[in-house]
Amino acid sequence: MAKTVDEIAEAMFKLVKDAFGQKKLKPMDLTKAMIELYGDEVDKKMCKEAIKQLINSGRCVYTYFGGSYIEIPHREGAAND
Amino acid sequence: MSDAALKTPKLDELEKGKWPSFVTEIKMAAKKSPMARDLLGQLEKSYRDKLGYWKHGGIVGVMGYGGGVIGRYSALPEEFPNVSHFHTMRINQPAGWFYTTDSLRKICDIWEKRGSGLTNMHGSTGDIILLGTRTDQLEPIFSELQKIDFDIGGSGSDVRTPSCCCGMARCEWACYDTMAACYDFTMAYQDELHRPAFPYKFKFKFSGCPNDCVASIARADMSIIGTWRDNIQIDKAAVTEYAKSGMDIKADVVDNCPAKCMEWDGKELNIENSYCRRCMHCINVMSKALRPGKDRGATILLGSKAPIIEGAMLSSVLIPFYKMEPPYQELKDIIERIWDIWCEEGKNRERVGEFIQRVGMGNFLDAIELEPVAEMVAHPRENPYVFYEEYYEEGDEEEEKES
Ligand code: SF4
Ligand code: SF4
Repeated sequence: MAKTVDEIAEAMFKLVKDAFGQKKLKPMDLTKAMIELYGDEVDKKMCKEAIKQLINSGRCVYTYFGGSYIEIPHREGAAND
Repeated sequence: MSDAALKTPKLDELEKGKWPSFVTEIKMAAKKSPMARDLLGQLEKSYRDKLGYWKHGGIVGVMGYGGGVIGRYSALPEEFPNVSHFHTMRINQPAGWFYTTDSLRKICDIWEKRGSGLTNMHGSTGDIILLGTRTDQLEPIFSELQKIDFDIGGSGSDVRTPSCCCGMARCEWACYDTMAACYDFTMAYQDELHRPAFPYKFKFKFSGCPNDCVASIARADMSIIGTWRDNIQIDKAAVTEYAKSGMDIKADVVDNCPAKCMEWDGKELNIENSYCRRCMHCINVMSKALRPGKDRGATILLGSKAPIIEGAMLSSVLIPFYKMEPPYQELKDIIERIWDIWCEEGKNRERVGEFIQRVGMGNFLDAIELEPVAEMVAHPRENPYVFYEEYYEEGDEEEEKES
């Protein structure tokens, strides 16, 4: 049965959270991981919506370190008060 | 930074000579803006110590967007507290860079109130660049800009703010409406512009003719350059006028034609149009006598980039001629297919041109379902690199291997 966008977002969030501090994930990494995990039950469009949901809700943020990544919000080392 | 008179001997050197100087501009802003003043101080120290004192901020941005804010922090916040945060904002410029003075004033008012007051009109991306603000000012600036109908542009691994030449608004050479196309693509790809999902950046630049005033062939992943496919229009009387007024048509026009497809017998100018490379040289020189043809459109090229990760590349031809008519659907379908394969197979920070080099043009064309044609060349009439399997008879390959 097809996954819902909410379910995909939840699974993506877990991935991002677990990877925090170890590996930076790009949006495409998340999409590929979902397709690997759920096969035909997800598609790229749903994954795009799930990422949008994570960003718009503030649970995840885009970051830029040479390329763009998705991470959980945190205070970065370079930041000044 | 203390209020004592700021001494900037190193920066002062950059005010000498006949050119405008960014130092003069920052000094002017520093009279009112503490941020600009500390910027001068930090810059002077950098020049003296031969060290950069900026730290990269990778998280700052506005809610929901993944691009358009470039984070910077001073590495010397105690010494220069007013540039402790010094983030840059890229603001999507209007197509062709046309503004009313009223809208410019409004942008400047916002920036003087909430940022350093320093701007760069425009950055190499084409955006309005607002230089230097604090993290806590980003959301208020974003919301105030939206109220005056401006939006943040692209940065990071996304579609960068598309830009175009002034095209039909001011230029008689425009072979399609660059401003309309630029606006259309900007609106169509809002998601891709604000939500980085690519292996790396992707730039569109629209030039109305081969003069390529936005240098799209060198700076855009997709270069959309106006051209024509019929004959150059010739006003014979105007050619005669040029000759009478002393122009050396042979030396200045005919001999400089890269295709060597022009002839001037002292009375009449003839062009063998099937050999013309649409370089614009003759039209630029004899602008009263020659014009692009009437059947106009654009050549779509792919793959240029500046030398950041790998060396510089120029775009090469993907679609030799495309009628640039809204809603440009056929082109957009190809773009979607390009993004699909590039996102799927591209390496991190690999521009689409580098990706094509890695996988090979033949495989790439196959993946985006485009038939190879002879005009897909890196240079006019030279170096066609498409491999035509049908030119080889069965068995040729074996013979080649043996030889
Ligand atoms: S690129 Fe061509 S059409 Fe555009 S402004 Fe330059 S000369 Fe005019
Ligand atoms: S446009 Fe360029 S190639 Fe064509 S006829 Fe003129 S000079 Fe020659």
